[in-house]
Amino acid sequence: MKRSGLSAFRPQLARLERRLFLKQGLSLGALSLLSGCTLKDDDAVDRLLFAMSRFNDKMQAALFDPAKLAPTYAEGDVTAPFPFNAYYEEKDVPRIDGESYRLRLSGLIADKRPWSLNELRALPQARQITRLVCVEGWSAIGKWRGVALREFLERIGADLTARYVGFKCADKYYSSIDMASALHPQTLLALDFADAKYGYPLRLRIPTKLGFKNPKFIHEMFVANDYPGGYWEDKGYNWFSGS
Amino acid sequence: MADAAGATTPRAIHPLFVRVTHWVNAFAIFVMVLSGWRIYNASPLFGFEFPPGFTLGGWLAGALAWHFAAMWLLAINGVAYVAYGIVSGHFRRNFLPISLSRALDDVALASRGQLDHAPGRYNAAQRLLYVGVILAAIVAILSGLAIWKPVQLQGLTAVMGGYEAARRVHFFAMAAIVAFLVVHIGLAVMVKGVLAPMFTGRAEVQR
Repeated sequence: MKRSGLSAFRPQLARLERRLFLKQGLSLGALSLLSGCTLKDDDAVDRLLFAMSRFNDKMQAALFDPAKLAPTYAEGDVTAPFPFNAYYEEKDVPRIDGESYRLRLSGLIADKRPWSLNELRALPQARQITRLVCVEGWSAIGKWRGVALREFLERIGADLTARYVGFKCADKYYSSIDMASALHPQTLLALDFADAKYGYPLRLRIPTKLGFKNPKFIHEMFVANDYPGGYWEDKGYNWFSGS
Repeated sequence: MADAAGATTPRAIHPLFVRVTHWVNAFAIFVMVLSGWRIYNASPLFGFEFPPGFTLGGWLAGALAWHFAAMWLLAINGVAYVAYGIVSGHFRRNFLPISLSRALDDVALASRGQLDHAPGRYNAAQRLLYVGVILAAIVAILSGLAIWKPVQLQGLTAVMGGYEAARRVHFFAMAAIVAFLVVHIGLAVMVKGVLAPMFTGRAEVQR
């Protein structure tokens, strides 16, 4: 399914991945234990790891049950304070003016009219208390409220047969998810959460994926068939990263 | 089988299937443990980190790539080994009966240098340790799945006591496997004539 979309990006991706695995890749100590090969030879190893990560994308997509709901928790289980996590420090979070904010839409969407916060708030709101699991291993339970992404995609006339939904953020972060996960009932465009630093005014909340697949400070959403990648995904994290 | 005259004729003691799955497993466990240590370092559960020089992957994404690649090797090889062990009778013949008191007796004998190592026959301590490490590996795999898929496999995660508890179960299963390896590799190196047969399958008949 994702193959043709990926293939367009594969040379760039492969180059990037290889460079990263090479540069920061194997620690020398562990590598020399491993059949005594040198750093120069690990190109084949990198290609194998990259191929296995794409295989794991497919296996996870197959394992994904669109009807299976993430466990929900009680109000009292919410982690406070919720841990801040981004590729930059907390003091560098973007400050966005809610009045002039517009969510831009692009790609395979019929009605690309931008949305203001008031318009988004006028749509039916869903809420959830779920566990956010970080790729680093830690987890925290949080509370989110916003528009079900499925409902929004239907309303704007998005091509629901397309492969990817992508997000571009005010902090230069970007990420993308598969359409099946985008249509999951717990996937939210969240407007309300603990604090502005967690993504004001709009973030994705998707409890069926790892934390880094929940982009914050979203200012553009698009629907595409070409593999859009993501900030961490392009650096080597597994793209699907389903929970 | 050694005939009466040819006392030095090698005798087959380890079946090919056991040898191949053993070394594939050794490689998979090596990768899983060292990449797992690097993953642990990204968010340490306890008050320590593993020395980066003894980890695999270089950084979190590299370690995860190794971990989620080697897991297939570990799982497929492990299923093949367990299926073989049950179907061929290898487990029944060589692991049973398991007795803690006899295992302790053998450890006491070994510490006094009085335990005879019969090539191809597991003593009581070996039986207990081998069955123990197989169970630890099963717990490691199940708790790993519970951490990897706390939504899709939420029943399994619940059995482990939830996501955060599953991380701890996974850690202690790893610790049990590593503790086993310290003893296992130590003995394999120290006890004369047990390492080569794991490659060749044949024991030199002594005396």
